[in-house]
Amino acid sequence: MSVLASAAPPDTAEGRFSLSRMTPAEKLGLMMIVPYVILFLVFVLYPVCYGLWLARNPASYAKLAADPIFLRTVINTVIFLGVGITLKMIIALFLSDFFVQDRWWIKILALIFILPWAVPSITTILSIRFMLNPEWGIINHTIFTLTGDDGPNWLNNPTLALALAMVVHIWKSLPFWTLILVAGRLAIPNDLYEAADVDGATTVQKFRFVTWPSLQTLWLTCLILSTLWSLGDFNSVYLLTGGGPADLTHVLATLGLRYLRLDQVEMSVAAVVCAMPLVIPLIYFMMKRLAK
Amino acid sequence: MSAVAREAFWHKITTEAKLLLIGIPVLLWTMAPIYHMMLFAFSAKDSAMSGALWPKEPTLNNFAIVFGQKHFYLHHFWLQFWNSFVIAAATGIITLFIATFAAFAISRLKVRGGAMVMNLALFTYFIPAAFLAVPMYRTMGNYGLLNTHWAMILAMVTLSSPYAIWVLKQASDKLPFELDEAATMDGASPWQLFRLVYLPLMVPSLVAVGTYALLLAWNEYLYAFLLLSRDTDITLGVALGNFLAADDSPWELLMATGLVYSLPPVVIYYVFKRYMVSGLTAGAVKS
Repeated sequence: MSVLASAAPPDTAEGRFSLSRMTPAEKLGLMMIVPYVILFLVFVLYPVCYGLWLARNPASYAKLAADPIFLRTVINTVIFLGVGITLKMIIALFLSDFFVQDRWWIKILALIFILPWAVPSITTILSIRFMLNPEWGIINHTIFTLTGDDGPNWLNNPTLALALAMVVHIWKSLPFWTLILVAGRLAIPNDLYEAADVDGATTVQKFRFVTWPSLQTLWLTCLILSTLWSLGDFNSVYLLTGGGPADLTHVLATLGLRYLRLDQVEMSVAAVVCAMPLVIPLIYFMMKRLAK
Repeated sequence: MSAVAREAFWHKITTEAKLLLIGIPVLLWTMAPIYHMMLFAFSAKDSAMSGALWPKEPTLNNFAIVFGQKHFYLHHFWLQFWNSFVIAAATGIITLFIATFAAFAISRLKVRGGAMVMNLALFTYFIPAAFLAVPMYRTMGNYGLLNTHWAMILAMVTLSSPYAIWVLKQASDKLPFELDEAATMDGASPWQLFRLVYLPLMVPSLVAVGTYALLLAWNEYLYAFLLLSRDTDITLGVALGNFLAADDSPWELLMATGLVYSLPPVVIYYVFKRYMVSGLTAGAVKS
């Protein structure tokens, strides 16, 4: 316990409300915490409440439910999260095993591997977009050279375009999650592996009985946090497909902007409010988990 | 070579081969879009479009056009670069101030309500960023900040400080409380304790958090796109997005500009990597 904290006066009603009776440490603490509290009130609480107020009209939700684009968006979002995130986290788990290997070239590869995370989305996603260009893109060029056939018009097919948006999302955020899982693996005591070696455990057994039990909770936390953030991944979809073709590849993160452009702010906010039944429990779970 | 040594040798070779079997696809996967960007940036328009995997006649001409602002889309290149810089630097500095104060107050001074503020910060940290974008855009309009750099700086500080506070609080809690006690015995005021004891010990975490906030703001697209609109106010990222408005976009210039835009965050990341990795992994997910 800190001396400063124990020096605080007893928590009486008088002591709580009188500035003059505060210790210097309490005064300083109060002053230091105020900037963030103000920031929160002005730029988080107010926008959230204002958004809820904008989305207060029940008619907006009826309109949303009647909009085929909205329903399509919900399905896309579920696929994006269900398939994209699970795939990403499984690959991250697999690659974390690769990156803990002690080799000079793997250390160098790890430095390169982080690049997608460090580079701005806009430049790399536009680069991918041009690679997929049906006429001029390098991918269809290669397909033509190898097979003599024209490649598909990648982004013109909504299913393919959504799948590619997931690929972009995985490309961009895989390094971050792999890095976290690598840190998790490095925290596992080496004795456990040595003991497993003595018992003659196979690689698969070592994973099943040593690595996975130690990593399970972290992996689950990463999965949930990744789900929350992926809900807010605007770039992968918007910069690759713009929500097209024919607004068929929108996810919730990009739908807001679509309605905003159509000058329907209420709809834009209402669309986000629709995701709250999913988001609030996840946020609550994460707060519980991390604030322990 | 004995049979045992030979077996060990082959075992080593096969393990190495298996690792390479993963390593090579990982390298190709990671580098493909980045290499493609570089290929375009260093090629003349015709050769870039020819589908070659290697620039036949590498040229710096695209960069000359970009730096000389010699294209319709690039008339404000340097100004937009400066805008990106100002916004990122201001975000880094302001985030550091707000988060360091908050973490010190919560972790070391045990200020009343500290736990609640920590919860508010965590709540903000978990909100999907795009969900807050439209309300934030309207809010900035209400505050009269729209189309100013302050809108973007404050929005980015809002998004980066929760994580910053979280990381700094984790790091603060690990410092021994005996230090505080010793300094207080020596007659240090809480402010002196903060300045002379706490800050110097926190330098690695501060570097990690500052770099994180800076990169976040430099790389942000959606918020910049919503909050800024004049050609002279926008960041380089938004300017790149605007390239796409044309039917016949100058892709080789787009990629050259993109490469210039991507370089600062990469350099900053590698310079501060030592701090970044420990900060990120310690703070992102507590296991």
